[in-house]
Amino acid sequence: MTSRAARQAVEWLPALIVFVVVIGLWEGLVRALHVQQFLLPKPSTILSVFWTQRHTLWPAGWYTFKEALGGFAVGSGLGILAATVVARFKTAGTALMPIFIAANAVPIIAFAPIFGAWFNPISPHSKMAVAGVLCFLPVMVNTLRGLNSAKPRQIELMRSYAASELEIWRRVRVPSALPFLFTSLKVASVLAMIGAIVGEYFGGALNALGVLINTDAQIFQFQTAWAGILVASLLGIALYCAVGASERVVLRWSPQARDS
Amino acid sequence: MSVSPVVHIERVTKTFPQGNVTALQDIDLELTSGELVSLIGPSGCGKSTLLRVIGDLIQPTRGSITVNGKSASQARKDGDYGIVFQDPVLFDWRTVAKNIALPLEMLGWDRNRRRARVAEMLQLVELGGFAEHHPWQLSGGMQQRVAIARALSFEPSLLLMDEPFGALDEMTRERLNLELLSIWEKTGSTVVFVTHSISEAVFLSTRVVVMSPRPGRIAGVVDIDLPYPRTVETREAPRFFELVTEVRELLRSRGEHLLPEEEEALQ
Repeated sequence: MTSRAARQAVEWLPALIVFVVVIGLWEGLVRALHVQQFLLPKPSTILSVFWTQRHTLWPAGWYTFKEALGGFAVGSGLGILAATVVARFKTAGTALMPIFIAANAVPIIAFAPIFGAWFNPISPHSKMAVAGVLCFLPVMVNTLRGLNSAKPRQIELMRSYAASELEIWRRVRVPSALPFLFTSLKVASVLAMIGAIVGEYFGGALNALGVLINTDAQIFQFQTAWAGILVASLLGIALYCAVGASERVVLRWSPQARDS
Repeated sequence: MSVSPVVHIERVTKTFPQGNVTALQDIDLELTSGELVSLIGPSGCGKSTLLRVIGDLIQPTRGSITVNGKSASQARKDGDYGIVFQDPVLFDWRTVAKNIALPLEMLGWDRNRRRARVAEMLQLVELGGFAEHHPWQLSGGMQQRVAIARALSFEPSLLLMDEPFGALDEMTRERLNLELLSIWEKTGSTVVFVTHSISEAVFLSTRVVVMSPRPGRIAGVVDIDLPYPRTVETREAPRFFELVTEVRELLRSRGEHLLPEEEEALQ
């Protein structure tokens, strides 16, 4: 156990060194070159604002995080559902897949102002909608690939046991789809946070992180905006890690999960 | 009991609509209980198709098949078949023990009965210490032994093997041949064994069914009168070579239109 922890520490060391060096360079260069505050604040300034404004920033972050989480859950859920329908019913697949693939090329974020109009622009629902739509396609496409990734021989084997279609799903298709599903959920977790924040740039509750970042940038409170971005990043990383952790639990059996 | 046919195949023809290929034409074959019959022939002779027709994984275009006096589809529903493919087809998310237990779960065996049987099967294929391993932690030969244990776990009356050792190296293959024979002698199951290795077919079988391609037909049947139990020495017996030659000549006489690489595969 200790040797494993030690090995992990060694693995993380290079990244940590790079991170510290970059932050150090940032701090040093901004000081040495007298870069204007509004162009690029010093990391130390951002950190101090991050601390002094914590009673504003974290509740705002939490508010936005809940929007992202809601969009993530709804979008991913619908993506899984759509993939299941398309994998189960061939006709649904032929009718829907071209549309999904075309939709995949649409810059969905462009719809953010429209969602504001559809739902109440102040309400969190319009942001959940943006986050949800962003999550839907990657989850849907990957889950579908996963559900279809079961090998013909595996299906034949199950048939030889007189397995019903439902049993083949439960015992072969769904487990084969899980690695694909988790890959897409990790992507979706990042997209959900982006969707929620960008959605808030087009209007939202005053105590939302995106609104706060946007307003602070407009009134030249760049150090606060940066601190807000820091909060957003930390929450995004937390969501990603949570999905990654559940992946490691669910896919204990997978050789890939052990490597990652 | 020993004379009752386990499998009765009558005038079975299979054409695939794609490309209008006649994979099997007018196949008549009868297998009796406890036999180990090899189907041998070049690729495209329909030996795997015949195996799948027997196992009710493919429907014949014409002709009839009965297994244990029932239709093939009834036999499949009754769990009369154990199947082993060329690749082990193990499920990565299941441990070795759980892979072997899969058909038992499907048959609704309770946990204790499953556990006891799995332990027994692991002993049989000499994988006692690997119950909790995952398939990808095992070598190819070990994985194929797990597949065999799984196919035998529910004591199917008929074991269908589709080139089960085709992907393995020669050493492993010969060892698994011996292992298969000892399992077969212990369990008394009827085995249909598809291969394109002449020596493997002769070494294992009670009978070798030689097939020829385009359309797939039975070119001849060779009775293998080598005594059991067969051992490493069997492969060096003069009678073994005579039988190998007999099978090879049967393959050649019907295989004038073989492609060069198919001929090579039959060496």
